[in-house]
Amino acid sequence: MKDVRKQRLLARIVSKPTTLLAPAGFWLLLFFIIPLGVMVVYSFMPRGIYGGVEPGFTLEHYLRFLDPLYLTILLRTVLMAAGCTAVCLLLGYPVAFAISRARRWKHILLLLVIMPFWTSFLVRTFAMIFLMRDTGLINTTLMRIGVITEPIVMLYTPFAVMVGLVYTFLPFMILPIYASLERLPNSILEAAEVLGAKPAARFRRIILPLSGPGVVAGSLLVFVPALGSFIPSDLLGGAKQMLIGNLVQNQFGAARNWPFGSAASFVVMGVVLIGVLVYLRSGRGEVTTALQDAG
Amino acid sequence: MEFRGVSKTFGNTRAVTSLSLQIPPGEFFSLLGPSGCGKTTTLRLLAGLEEPDRDGGAIFIDGVPVTDRRPYERDLSMVFQHYALFPHLSVARNVAFGLEQRSVPAAERVRRVRDTLALVRLDPGQFGNRMPSELSGGQRQRVALARALVIKPSILLLDEPLGAIDLKLRKQMQLELKALNRTLGITFVYVTHDQEEALTLSDRIAVMDQGRVIQIGAPAEIYECPRSAFVAEFIGESNFLSGIAREERDGLWTIGGNELEFQIPAQPGIGTGSPINVAVRPEWLRVCPPGQASHEANRIPATVREVVYLGETLQVVAEVTATRQTMRVTVPNEGQLKNPIVWNPGDEVVLTWLPGDCQVLQEGVS
Repeated sequence: MKDVRKQRLLARIVSKPTTLLAPAGFWLLLFFIIPLGVMVVYSFMPRGIYGGVEPGFTLEHYLRFLDPLYLTILLRTVLMAAGCTAVCLLLGYPVAFAISRARRWKHILLLLVIMPFWTSFLVRTFAMIFLMRDTGLINTTLMRIGVITEPIVMLYTPFAVMVGLVYTFLPFMILPIYASLERLPNSILEAAEVLGAKPAARFRRIILPLSGPGVVAGSLLVFVPALGSFIPSDLLGGAKQMLIGNLVQNQFGAARNWPFGSAASFVVMGVVLIGVLVYLRSGRGEVTTALQDAG
Repeated sequence: MEFRGVSKTFGNTRAVTSLSLQIPPGEFFSLLGPSGCGKTTTLRLLAGLEEPDRDGGAIFIDGVPVTDRRPYERDLSMVFQHYALFPHLSVARNVAFGLEQRSVPAAERVRRVRDTLALVRLDPGQFGNRMPSELSGGQRQRVALARALVIKPSILLLDEPLGAIDLKLRKQMQLELKALNRTLGITFVYVTHDQEEALTLSDRIAVMDQGRVIQIGAPAEIYECPRSAFVAEFIGESNFLSGIAREERDGLWTIGGNELEFQIPAQPGIGTGSPINVAVRPEWLRVCPPGQASHEANRIPATVREVVYLGETLQVVAEVTATRQTMRVTVPNEGQLKNPIVWNPGDEVVLTWLPGDCQVLQEGVS
C-alpha cells in the first residue's frame, strides 16, 4: 500500500520535474528573499542609535551616496572588478583551451584548477601577505639573487588587491570557458583547417565565437562576486583601498549603521544589474545562437 | 595523387602499414573496409590531418610531395562524417568560409556561394540565411558538400558522408555524387564501410583490412574476381570450398578432398597436389532435384535447411551432405503468391554450378 503511494508520488515528480524546485525555492525564500525584503525596508528607515533602525521613512542613506567619498569607492570597486575580470579572462582562457585539448592530463589539470578550494579562502589570502610584504618571500628572494636592492612595495597597494582578487576568482573564469570549449568537436576545427584557415583564423572565426557563452558565464561569475568582495581588499589593500564590500561590512559591523549598509548593498545590486544587462545585450545575438547550437 | 610506402602508428597500433597507391585525376576512388581497417586514417593522412610515420613514406598530390604541408596548404577539400558544419554561421557563411580564407573578393564570393548551393540542389534564397541547426540531415549533408566544393579543390575527400542519412535519400545522394564527380572533373576519394555504396559509386575500389590494401580494382573485378576470402566475404556473400588439385582433363582441374569433388578451369600456378580454395557466389549456384540432368558439371548433394524471403530474391540455405557445411543459394523471386518456390526444409537436393563460376582465391580461407 505504502509502496504504491510512493510510486505514485515518484511518478508525479517525474512527470512534472518543476516540483523539484520546491526545496531549494523554500530555502531561498526563507534565507534570501525575506532578508532581502527586510533590507529594502531598513534602507529607507532612520538609523537607530545602538544599531538597528527607528520607525519612519527617509531617503538620506541613498542620498549620502552622492558624496564624492562614496562615489569614489563605488567607482574604484567597479574598476577593480572589471580589471579583475579582464585579467582573469586573459589568464584563464588559454588555460581553459589547453585543458580542453589535453588528452591524458585533462582530469589532473582540472583537479589542479579546483585544488585551491580545498583550503580556506581566508587562509590563502593571509598566505599572500607573507608572499608580498616587504620582508616576504618574493622580496627576500629577489634581493638575495641581486635583482633588486630595496624591497618592492606590493602589500597595501591596488596591485596587491588585484592579485588577491584574480587569484580568488580565476577558477570561476576557467571552468565555464573550459566547459564550452570541451563541447567543441575537433572535426569542426579540422574542417576549418582543410578549408584554408590558419591557426589565427581558426581561433578568431571558430573557437572564440563558439566559446562565447563560456566567456560570458565566466565573466559574470568573476565580475559579480568581485564587486561585492571585501576580504582581499581588507587584508591586502589596507584602509586606502576600501571597496564597497568593505563599506557594507563596516556599516553592519563597527559603524552600526544598518540602514546605510543596506542602501550600499542595493546600490551594488543596481550596478550589477545594469552591468549584466548591458553586457548580455551587447553580445546577445552571438551568444543565444551559440547556446542554441550547443544545445 | 599517390601514396608511397606510407605508414601511420598510433601508440602501439599500426593503423596503416606501408601503404602505396595511385589515384589518377578525376577518378572516383573508394576506400572500403570494416571499421578499424585504416581507411579513415588513410583519408586523414591525405588531408594532412594526420602525420605519417617518419620512415621514408611520402604522399604526393599532382606529383608534388605534400607530406610536410599543413592541410590548408594542400589543394584539397573534405566532407566530414558528421558534417562538421560551423554551428554559429549561417548556411551561406558556412559555404563562404573557404573563400574568405582565400581572400576571394566579396562579389565573386556571393556568386560562387549561390552557384555552389544551386549545384547541390539547395535554393540559395531559401536556405542561405538558415542556421545549420534548422536543417535536416540531408540538407546539412548538401551544405557540407557545397562548403567543400566551393573552393574548387583538385581532390575532394569524403569520409562516410552518407552514413547518417536514410536509405532512400542515400541512394539519391549517391547518384548526385557520381554525377558531380563526372561533371566537375574533381578526384573523389571516398571512405565507406558499405560495400554496395562502393560498388555503385566507384571507378576503382581499394579493399582494406588491418591497415593494408588487400585488393584494388574496378567494382566488377573486386566482385567477380576476389583474390582472397576476406574480399569475397566482405563484398557480397560467398560460399567457400577447399580441396587438393587431383588431375587436369580438357582444361578443367578436378579438385577433391573433404569428401566432395568439383571442377575449376585450368589456370597457371596449379599443379597436382596444390591446395585450392574457391569462392562461389550464391547467385551462381542452382538448386536441382536429385535425379535431374544438368549441363553444369559441379554437383553437390545437399539438404535444404531454410528458405529465406528477401523480396526481390529468395535464399535457399542448404547443408552439404558430405561435409555438413552450409551453402547459400540465391534464387530469383518469381512471385511467392502465384508461383511459389518448390523447396521446403528437409528436401534432398543437388547444388549445381559451372566450373567457370569458381573464384579461385590466391590466399587461404581465413
